[in-house]
Amino acid sequence: MSATHRLAAEGLTLAYGERAVIEDLDLAVPHGRITAIVGANACGKSTLLRSMSRLLAPRGGQVVLDGRSVHRLPAKELARTLGLLPQSPIAPEGITVADLVGRGRHPHQGMFSRWKREDDVAVAAALEATQTTELAERAVDELSGGQRQRVWIAMALAQQTDVLLLDEPTTFLDVSHQIEVLDLLTDLNRTRGTTVVMVLHDLNMAARYADHLVALAGGRVHAAGAPDHVLTEETVRAVFGLECRVVVDPTSGRPLMLPIGRHHMTAPAEALAAGEPIS
Amino acid sequence: MTQVDTVPAPGAAPAQRPGPVRRPGSVRVLWLLVVVAVLAALLAASVAVGSRAVGWSEILAALGGSQETIGEAAVTKRIPRTVLAAVVGAALGLSGAVMQGVTRNPLADPGVLGINMGASLAVVVGLAWLGLSSATAIVWTAILGAALAAVFVYAVGSLGRGGPTPLKLALAGTATSAALVSFVTAVALPRGDIAESIQSWEIGGVGGASFRGLGSVAPFLVVGFAVSLLSARALNSLALGDELAAGLGERVVLARGVAALGSVLLCGAATAIAGPIGFVGLVVPHVCRLLVGVDHRWLLPFTALTGACLLIASDVLGRIVARPDEIDVGIITALIGAPFFIYIVRRQKVREL
Repeated sequence: MSATHRLAAEGLTLAYGERAVIEDLDLAVPHGRITAIVGANACGKSTLLRSMSRLLAPRGGQVVLDGRSVHRLPAKELARTLGLLPQSPIAPEGITVADLVGRGRHPHQGMFSRWKREDDVAVAAALEATQTTELAERAVDELSGGQRQRVWIAMALAQQTDVLLLDEPTTFLDVSHQIEVLDLLTDLNRTRGTTVVMVLHDLNMAARYADHLVALAGGRVHAAGAPDHVLTEETVRAVFGLECRVVVDPTSGRPLMLPIGRHHMTAPAEALAAGEPIS
Repeated sequence: MTQVDTVPAPGAAPAQRPGPVRRPGSVRVLWLLVVVAVLAALLAASVAVGSRAVGWSEILAALGGSQETIGEAAVTKRIPRTVLAAVVGAALGLSGAVMQGVTRNPLADPGVLGINMGASLAVVVGLAWLGLSSATAIVWTAILGAALAAVFVYAVGSLGRGGPTPLKLALAGTATSAALVSFVTAVALPRGDIAESIQSWEIGGVGGASFRGLGSVAPFLVVGFAVSLLSARALNSLALGDELAAGLGERVVLARGVAALGSVLLCGAATAIAGPIGFVGLVVPHVCRLLVGVDHRWLLPFTALTGACLLIASDVLGRIVARPDEIDVGIITALIGAPFFIYIVRRQKVREL
């Protein structure tokens, strides 16, 4: 199983030009668990993820992996421990699934080293884990959105990292494919102990699948911990500015957020917001 | 480190199975043999065919070193010319492929991006004003001009929203190229003494080739070829987008800079010796992608071979269509390349590579 890795942000400040997106943020990623980062649009979720995978140099503070700043680690060494699946990766026109997944082996290969047996094994295992083996010879362009996302995850798996960061892996997918992708990530976490950190839009999906939920607001961690503790009506109000009810999801026992809008309410909105029981 | 092969996914058969899942190399090998055969045939044709018809006995004698008859002398002149066409074609084809990879832009080409014209202007200025005469000085000047043009066009094309999109880069390159052409004319026009040499160099030709001229650019070409070919793996990562490339452990800025340097060295040196020959770097990579796919480790050597084929073929064609005159190779490649350029632009998906 995977070695224990400690990934954390310490006093992290991130900025684009003059505009600070993340300010003095502390965050510890629990090892071997699934962490979901949620927050309103433009709250810095993706920026935080980019910085954790050293794509963005911090203005202040640091991101630490096993006691060393990720921005000081050699690029390939980091890439053997920490993988990243960005929101919209590019598939070269006409590339086959097997070739694309094979590119995940990059950090394990030197400039002159040839394709090895262990590379084949890693690619085959990644295809199998994502159930894309039968797609191996197909062109990525031809696949459906759900298949394509599984292929990208296969590529990240072929990288064989103990920590995997994913930026909104379920965006653009219909609900059954969202569940498929999140189930797959849970499989990885349970069977291999892969530490998963993902940015998610959907609060209920995040609460369902994450062991550790991080709610960002105003460039800081507003709340972090078990979904039961984090996904509350107060947090949703503070983070999203949205009135809601939180009930217990009968299928998972996790919290389930029901937004209160201005329409389609069987009880007056004020009564719902006040927490009166739904009749 | 997690060992995937020891921990199979739930419900899956044990993953201890070296996958027969990689793209079969046999198609690529077949195309490689085809291209090598075509190149060999073209090399032979380029030595044998010219504006003067020469018999086989004279060709063989000339290859043996004899220069006694006019025919033999003509053939002897064709040998360095053939080598030059092969080397310049290979350099331009490879340079185009690397440039397309670096910018993820299907329209990238030393000609379209104005890099050849940058080299040209630098050389013309050097000839007209600075009194450059040594071949080495001209090469350095050409490469400097190429690099300046590359940086300028990339900077202009990156301005505004969305960064350097394919269309913006092509527009910036074309506009810069047009401006540089007028500068070249402005510099050359009042100088009747050098106008003719500039003009013939400007169209792009391999007719005046000599092994001495080739020798002066050889070091630049060797470094350019080496750097470009070694960038294959990095270009494979960059093709997935900057973020994923970085996630795979690629130092994106460094990798892009190194590959661009290799590409600029190649097209600068090629331009220094043969003038600005357009469209080879545009056409060749697209054709090669159809043949061997998008893996740069195959694509890059292939573009070099195919580029050599295209330029030799163009040169031979230029020698026979207007006998007893010759048409400069740069005109032939433009005739082949311009329609192809329009085809690529008109395709529905002009997207990032």
